[in-house]
Amino acid sequence: MSDERHRVATTVNGTRHQRDVDGRLLLSDFLRHVLGLTGTRVGCEHGVCGACTIQYDGLPVRSCLMLAVQADGHEIATVEGLAGKDGTLHPLQQALRDTHGLQCGFCTAGILMTMTAFLAEHPKPTEPDIREALSGNLCRCTGYQHIVEAVTLAASRMGGRR
Amino acid sequence: MKPAPFRYVAAYSLDHALALKAEHGDEARFLAGGQSLLAAMNFRLAQPAFLIDINPLRDLDYVRRGGSVVRIGALTRYRTLQRDPVVANHQALLAEALPHVAHPQIRNRGTLAGNLAHADPASELPAVVLAVGGKLCARSVKGERWIAVKDFFTGPLSTALDAEEMLAEIELPDLPARTGVCFLEVARRRGDYAMIGVAATLTVDAGGTCVAARLTYCNAGGTPVSASAAAKALVGRRISEKAIGEAAAAAMREIEPPGNVHASSDFQRHLAGVLTRRALAKAHTRAMSAA
Ligand SMILES: Cc1cc2nc3c(=O)[nH]c(=O)nc-3n(C[C@H](O)[C@H](O)[C@H](O)COP(=O)(O)OP(=O)(O)OC[C@H]3O[C@@H](n4cnc5c(N)ncnc54)[C@H](O)[C@@H]3O)c2cc1C
Ligand code: FES
Ligand code: FES
Repeated sequence: MSDERHRVATTVNGTRHQRDVDGRLLLSDFLRHVLGLTGTRVGCEHGVCGACTIQYDGLPVRSCLMLAVQADGHEIATVEGLAGKDGTLHPLQQALRDTHGLQCGFCTAGILMTMTAFLAEHPKPTEPDIREALSGNLCRCTGYQHIVEAVTLAASRMGGRR
Repeated sequence: MKPAPFRYVAAYSLDHALALKAEHGDEARFLAGGQSLLAAMNFRLAQPAFLIDINPLRDLDYVRRGGSVVRIGALTRYRTLQRDPVVANHQALLAEALPHVAHPQIRNRGTLAGNLAHADPASELPAVVLAVGGKLCARSVKGERWIAVKDFFTGPLSTALDAEEMLAEIELPDLPARTGVCFLEVARRRGDYAMIGVAATLTVDAGGTCVAARLTYCNAGGTPVSASAAAKALVGRRISEKAIGEAAAAAMREIEPPGNVHASSDFQRHLAGVLTRRALAKAHTRAMSAA
């Protein structure tokens, strides 16, 4: 059963990839082990911690609760695609750096993939909105305060742009 | 951990999905949002031999207005329901409960049908569908049948669906004029399952006398629980602080929450009393302003 292979043709951060995978391969493991994109972290593998959050057709989702085969024909975005080709950080990455919004960094990729999508939908967020949007991403280091500051700072630097 | 091996098939039509389910029965599971199923498979709490992925079936992803009901498809995600004006305008109880279900990332994938088929008594949504008196369409290769929500949930994680059936549509009826609703819960952390939650509906006549009421609870037993005697005792009364207090006390006596690691049975019962009082008061205010 496990050797039944499925063709996956997907676009990750704008690059096409085609691979044959087992049906039971998780999307998180596909990104990390098959494509080598280890920026996406794996914590709990049951949807609780948020470390594995990526964007699937533009929406933040848990990559540990999707199968790699489900990426076939869909667009994936991971933390590796956020900075510009010249290394310019995304405004939220820069803001996290400026406000000490990370310590160990384990949660950071998931938070970025959640909150960049949030900022695109809510260019002028209130603090309660930010905290609500962050509620699905656990951080054991920062106490969240500086992450909330970073999102506020990024929103103001982006000036309501999407 | 990782899922045990299984066969995966992406369904290309509803008939295809139903034919596979008829062929493989209990060995096969539909994969909807995967937000309960894949978590359980990662921990090997579930080891289905066969997964029928219904995500390609986009025509099952809808919210429709028909007569005085709202129809919701097998693949309609929480995210869609939270943004749909038909839900906001006609199913206020569902709209009020949805933000309590998990986190935005989970709501981008999870479906109402998957939630109901999963039948977790701790979930908000079975209690909501019970409170509004929804009907559930079960479909198989043999045809379809409609199941009243009061007959749908048969125990923890079990439903009246048989091994060949898909929960194909959920039909939620409009509530009568001058009805107010309210959903409230208490959870340890935002997005967690509630320690207890209450869904209240209250209908008044032009003079402010209660003509119908429903009180249902999540995480208060093996299925969503209805405090029907407490709700019925409100009918015929003018809604006052006293009437609400008595209904809440009666509901506390009527339900038998089992208790769990987060809350003892007594604490759950206490919370149920407090939340019932608040929910009825809010539902009453809303019913009066809807008049
Ligand atoms: C971190 C986290 C927190 C959560 N918190 C909450 C919460 O607070 N409240 C809450 O209610 N839920 C919560 N959930 C669960 C979530 O709501 C699930 O999405 C939902 O219970 C299942 O819906 P699904 O579409 O993901 O179904 P799936 O996981 O795909 O399926 C669940 C089960 O239903 C079956 N099934 C699916 N669709 C159908 C169908 N159409 N017909 C017949 N059978 C079907 C599947 O085979 C499977 O057995 C949480 C989940 C996570 C990961
Ligand atoms: S690893 Fe996916 S949510 Fe924790
Ligand atoms: S920075 Fe360490 S978990 Fe968030």
